[in-house]
Parts: sequence; C-alpha cells; structure tokens
Amino acid sequence: MGLFNLLFGQKGFTHGIHPPYHKDTADKPIRRLPFPPQLVLPLDQHIGKPAIPLVVKGQEVVRGEPIAKADGNFSVPLHAPATGRVAGIELMPTPKGPKTSAILIDVYEGSTQEVLWEQPRDMSELSPQEIIQAIQDSGMVGLGGAAFPSHMKLAIPDDKQVDTLIVNGCECEPYLTCDHRIMLEHPKALLRGIRYAMRATGTEKAIIGIEDNKMDAVELLKGHLSKGSPVEVKAVETKYPQGSEKMLIKSALDREVPTGGLPADVGVVVNNVGTLAGLGDLLPKGRGLIERVITVAGPGIAKPGNYLVPLGTPIRHILDHVGYEGARTEFILGGPMMGPAVSALDTPITKGTSGLLVLNEPSIEEESHKIWPCIRCARCVSACPMHLNPSMLGQLAAKRKYEEMAEDYHLTDCFECGCCSYVCPSNIPLVQYFRIAKAINREQAA
Amino acid sequence: MSEETSIFGPYTHAKSSISRTMGLVMLSLLPATLFGLYQFGWPAIFLFLTTIVACVLAEAFSLRVAGKPIKPFVMDGSAILTGWLLAMTLPPWAPWWIGLIGALLAIIVAKQVFGGLGQNLFNPAMVARVALLISFPLEMTLFNQPVPMFSAQAPGFLESLAITFGSSDAIDAVSSATTLGHLKTELGRGVALPEAATTTVSIWQQLWGQTSGSLGETSALLLLLGGLFLIYKKVINWHIPVSMLGTLALLAGLFHLIDPNSYVGPMTHLLSGAAILCAFFIATDLVTSPVSIRGQILFGAGCGLLIYAIRTWAGYPEGVAFAVMLMNACTPLIDHYLKPRIYGRDRKGQPLVYSNEGTDRK
Repeated sequence: MGLFNLLFGQKGFTHGIHPPYHKDTADKPIRRLPFPPQLVLPLDQHIGKPAIPLVVKGQEVVRGEPIAKADGNFSVPLHAPATGRVAGIELMPTPKGPKTSAILIDVYEGSTQEVLWEQPRDMSELSPQEIIQAIQDSGMVGLGGAAFPSHMKLAIPDDKQVDTLIVNGCECEPYLTCDHRIMLEHPKALLRGIRYAMRATGTEKAIIGIEDNKMDAVELLKGHLSKGSPVEVKAVETKYPQGSEKMLIKSALDREVPTGGLPADVGVVVNNVGTLAGLGDLLPKGRGLIERVITVAGPGIAKPGNYLVPLGTPIRHILDHVGYEGARTEFILGGPMMGPAVSALDTPITKGTSGLLVLNEPSIEEESHKIWPCIRCARCVSACPMHLNPSMLGQLAAKRKYEEMAEDYHLTDCFECGCCSYVCPSNIPLVQYFRIAKAINREQAA
Repeated sequence: MSEETSIFGPYTHAKSSISRTMGLVMLSLLPATLFGLYQFGWPAIFLFLTTIVACVLAEAFSLRVAGKPIKPFVMDGSAILTGWLLAMTLPPWAPWWIGLIGALLAIIVAKQVFGGLGQNLFNPAMVARVALLISFPLEMTLFNQPVPMFSAQAPGFLESLAITFGSSDAIDAVSSATTLGHLKTELGRGVALPEAATTTVSIWQQLWGQTSGSLGETSALLLLLGGLFLIYKKVINWHIPVSMLGTLALLAGLFHLIDPNSYVGPMTHLLSGAAILCAFFIATDLVTSPVSIRGQILFGAGCGLLIYAIRTWAGYPEGVAFAVMLMNACTPLIDHYLKPRIYGRDRKGQPLVYSNEGTDRK
C-alpha cells in the first residue's frame, strides 16, 4: 500500500496514471445521427464464435429484426439496425484488423427510426435461466469495449458463488463521456438493468463504481435509490485504469482476482453501465441491440459530442456529419489509451466501439515517435497497475527472450492498459512489444 | 537506434523525455553549482567547463566509433550531466588534466564500453572519481579554502589560468583540509574528538558551504533544495535519499552516543563530504539503482552503511564513491530478489488462493 493510501486511508488500487482527461463532451447530451446509405455489420462484433447469417442477398429486413443467429452458447445474434435490403455478405474491414464477413444492408431512404420488430415480455415472471437466455437473444455484449457476450458473463458457473454485482461507471479513458451521459440521461434503465443482472446472478448487493470526476452522476443515481436499497453508489479515485475490471474490484471491495482466475473467484461479477442500461431498456421490450452511444471527440472534430449511432455505421458517415479537418489522419476507435487506430474510413462502428477520436497529428507526433534506450528510470514500474516490471520486460523483449518474459516476469498478467508506454521518457512502445511477445508465445504453445 | 519511430498506441503520452529528465536534474544542480563556482573562483570555472566539454567530446567520439547517430545522443544531455556531476566531486583547483582524464574514464570506460546510455552497471561519475583518487592521490586530495570571486584573496583571471592549465603554487597558500579529512587525521593521531573539532568550521558554515571541499559538494542546503525539487518533479523517489541519510545518521548517532570522543556525530556526517550530493543526485542515478521501491530502500540503506563504515574505519576520509559503486554492483541482484508483489499473486509469484466462500481473504 502506497504512502498516499496509508496517510489518507483511501482504499483503491495502487499505481496507475493521471493522463489529461479531456472530458469536454461531458455536457453534450446524447443525439441521434441519421442513417448512413449502407450499414456494414460484421458477424464477429463480439468475442467468441461469429454469428450465423439468417438472411440472403436481396432480402428485405426491418429495423430490429434478427439477421444472424448465435452459433452455440459462446456467441450472440445480430439484429438489423435499419430497414432496408441486404446488399450481400462480404469481407469488410473491422477495427480488429483483418477483414471479416459482414452483412451489408442498403438502408431505404426515409427508413423510420421506430423499431419495427420486438417481442415484449413480462420480466417479473422470468427465472434467472430465462433472463440469461433473454440476454443472449438481445445480442448484448460488454459495451465498455471488451465486447464479451453479457449472458456468458452473467451466467455464474455452478461451483462459484457471487455476492456482489459491480457496475462499472468509471470511464477512465480520456475523452470518452458516453457512459457518463448514459448515467445522467438513463438512470432508470440503468437501475432496471442492475435489477435484472442481480436476479440473473443471484447477487444481493450491487455497487456502482464511478470516478470522482463525475460527481453529478454519483449524486443523481444516489437520488434514485431508496433507503435500504441493495444498490450502493461509490465514488472512486479518478485514475487510469480505474475502469479495468481487476482494478475496480480492488477499489470497490479490496479484493484481488487471483492470477488466471475470474472475478467470480472472489465473489464478484462486473458489468459496464452502458451494458446494463442497454439491458434495462431492451429486455422488457424484447428487442435486440441495434444501436449504441459513442463519444466523438478530439481536436480534429468540429462538433464533438455523444451520438447514438446504428451499429454498422461507417466512420466516414459520422465524420461527414460532425465535420472534421481532413489533414488529421489518426482515427481511433475507443479511448486513446487502449483503442486501435484505423486507416480505412469504411470501418464500421461495432458493438464494442465506445468512441471515435480524431487526434491532431502533432499531438501524436511531438516527442513520441523517437525511441530511445531504456534508462531504467522505473516510471513504468511505478505506473503498472499489475505491479509488473515493464522495464525488464521491455529489455527482454528487445533480446527476444519471450519465454523468460512469461516465466520469470509474468508477462501474461499484463492486460495492455498502456500505462508503461504512456510514462516512458524513452518512448519505448512497451505495450506493443508485449503484444508481440504474447502472440509469439501463444504461437509456440499451439 | 533513436531514429526508429513508434506509431502504436497509446495515442497519448506523458510530457516526459530523456532530455527533459536530464534537464531537470541539471536545473536542480544549478544553485549548488553556481555557489561552488562563486566560492572557488575562476579555477573552478575552468575545471568545470573542461570536464563537461571533455565529456561531450568523448561521447561524440565513442558514438562515432560505435556507428550510432551522434547528434541526438549528444543532445540528450546525459554526457553533460555526467561531466557536471564529476566536476562537482573534484577538488576545485585541480589541474585541467584531472578533469580530462576523469571525463574519458567516465564516458568511455564506464558508459560507452558497456553499451552507452542506460546500459552501464556503475555510475560513470563515480567510476571516474574512484579511478582518479587511486591513480592521482595527491591532486585528488589537495583541497583549498573558499576564496569567493571578487574577494581580496581570489586569484585573478590570468593567475587562475595558471592554476588550472599551467603550473602554479598558488594553491599551497590556501590549501586546507576538508572537515572529514581533518577529523580523520586528528583521530589517527590520537587526539580526542571534541578537541579536534574545535578547529573545524561550524555546522552553519557547513550548511551554507563556506568550507573547503569538492567543487559542488560543500553547500548542503542548496543541494538539499535541488534534491527536494527533483522529488517534487517526480524525477526521483524519496526512498533512496531518506534511507541512505537515515542509515548514515542512525549509525553515526549510535556510535557517537557510545563514544563521543572517537566517533563523529551525525550532523557532521550528514553535512560534510558528498553525503547530500550523493543521496539526491548520485545514489539516485536512474540507470544504476534498483527499480522497485523495496529495492531502493535497501540500496539506500546499503549506501549509508558503507559510507559510514568507510569514513569511520577505512583508510579514506570520504567513502561515498566507493559505497555507491559497491551498491551499484548489487543492483541487478536486488532487482532480481526484491520484485514487487504482482496483483493477484503472492510474494512468491503464485496465484492467490481464496476459500470457497469467495469472500474470505487468504
């Protein structure tokens, strides 16, 4: 425990960083964008097996209708975000990198934003099992960025017992404010979603963890809770990566997930506020996930804000509507710390995309392009939230000693938050080294 | 190497760079350095400049031989800083070739032979200082009283040139033992400490730096100021300075209590010699100190212990350079054994074990 925590008695994870937060869009209400002429819907917007198409080229679909079904349990279905005609199933670019199969929908001009396909249900009559099934049918995944199927996360294995649902409202990535807006604008849907998740998991307590730079959301949610409510709102320190599952569990409950284990091993299940607000909205209506809120921001954007966009909207369409300076070339999906940069403007917004950032080229270039030798300054060591030794890992990576990295320095515990690269005065791309090392180790193990 | 570029995430970066780090260290050294140069006059300025220029030239030469880009590496400021630190530990009126040889030893032998920036095992300035002390014991132990610039005794510009670059006996007129040197000699002759200490300078003079000693080591107060600035700027952690000075003071206090006649008290130990300079600027050298907090505490304590032992029982009145080098040699070992506990693992690196209830901590 660090000196700060010792002195001020604050619980929380140690290390981490304080990047400039740039939460300038926090006061921008969620706005809808018009439909693009064509939607690109990759079949693998989630972790797990890709969905199986239910439609064929030329088929007409209505907004909300299922267009692909889950392939087994570790998969989720896909729904049509707009009324139109299926233009084909083709390989398209995605934020993940390689092109993958995607359903293309030519949106009808004048297509309504009313959802035309739904199966309302009475939630109070569902058993936990049925709630889990309903969640899978909605196609919901972790909207914080991981895109892990929500029904998998909320289905607690028989040999585990969870006592607490942690609701992740930290949003620790710079620029992003979509979760903040959801908490402010849809508190009731969020609290409904929390109740469903508690019933599905059998937990009797829920903690909404929110970074203390969003006290308006903390106060608002507290106001919606009655005395004796099993839901508690907890302000946690504003510090990256507070929104990482493991860090938030440490901050909220002072429990540590064992290496190689799951949150359920310490009696916890964690869900993002966007995900739960989504479930609170979709489940009673029996609808599927067809749109999501993203933060569009960065110095290159003319009209930054929070936008509700249909899944599959190409980022070019969004940029045309918000206006951006064409000279900027760095487009990042998600936050600047962990989000990938994309070059193809045909790349669509998918379920796991929480933001679209257009960063000033100089703000990337300045010093951060030149790589210097490691001077062992140990800033990375005091930044790593997992308490690894990135300095040593980086030097081993340069020598291609990938096995030693994993065995002696626990490379696999790294979750690639980017704190080490952020603080490195030598601008060593440590995270990139670690990704390569992990990939090579995986290849050799296979 | 520095020509490589990175275009990977994260797409935001802290305002930190090597040259910024080096610049901050130099900035924090500035008050004590200016004071030292003022105290010891033109010869000190000549020696200071000679050492730094020689370091930069040696760095450029080595980079050329190694086939590395010269300009970016020279511009990073690390060679200037090495020269600066080395000059601060030299007797202020030492001849120019002491600075030159020291610079060559520091840059070529202690730094570039190991692979350049970040690769050296030992602190380059301390390697040079130790090698000089052993090779040229006379020049390296000839200290002079402070003769502030513009004062009556201060040597003029031309006379100073002769002191640094030519042969001059001027130093004999003002030569004076350092506090630690004087006490060591007197104790060696069997004089009791309170008696020997009557001729040394007061604590206040030591604090300010109005005493004979190495070029930049005399003003404990200004060095302390610079050190605190570095901690404030998060260039260094507080752990090494505190554990080093704490250990030194504790040992000195303990032995002084037991036998005040033979053991020097803690204030003299802390304020004289290179203790403060070492605690904040040399032992904390990023490259050659451990990376973990527990490692840094152990490292600092080790330095303090060795400094005390060398000063008290060994042949030299001052042991900072030896102590730091010995602890530098231990750094890889300390880093290997004192790894921080990783999240989700116990100290041995095994995954944490929880009971079936899930909530009970191990």
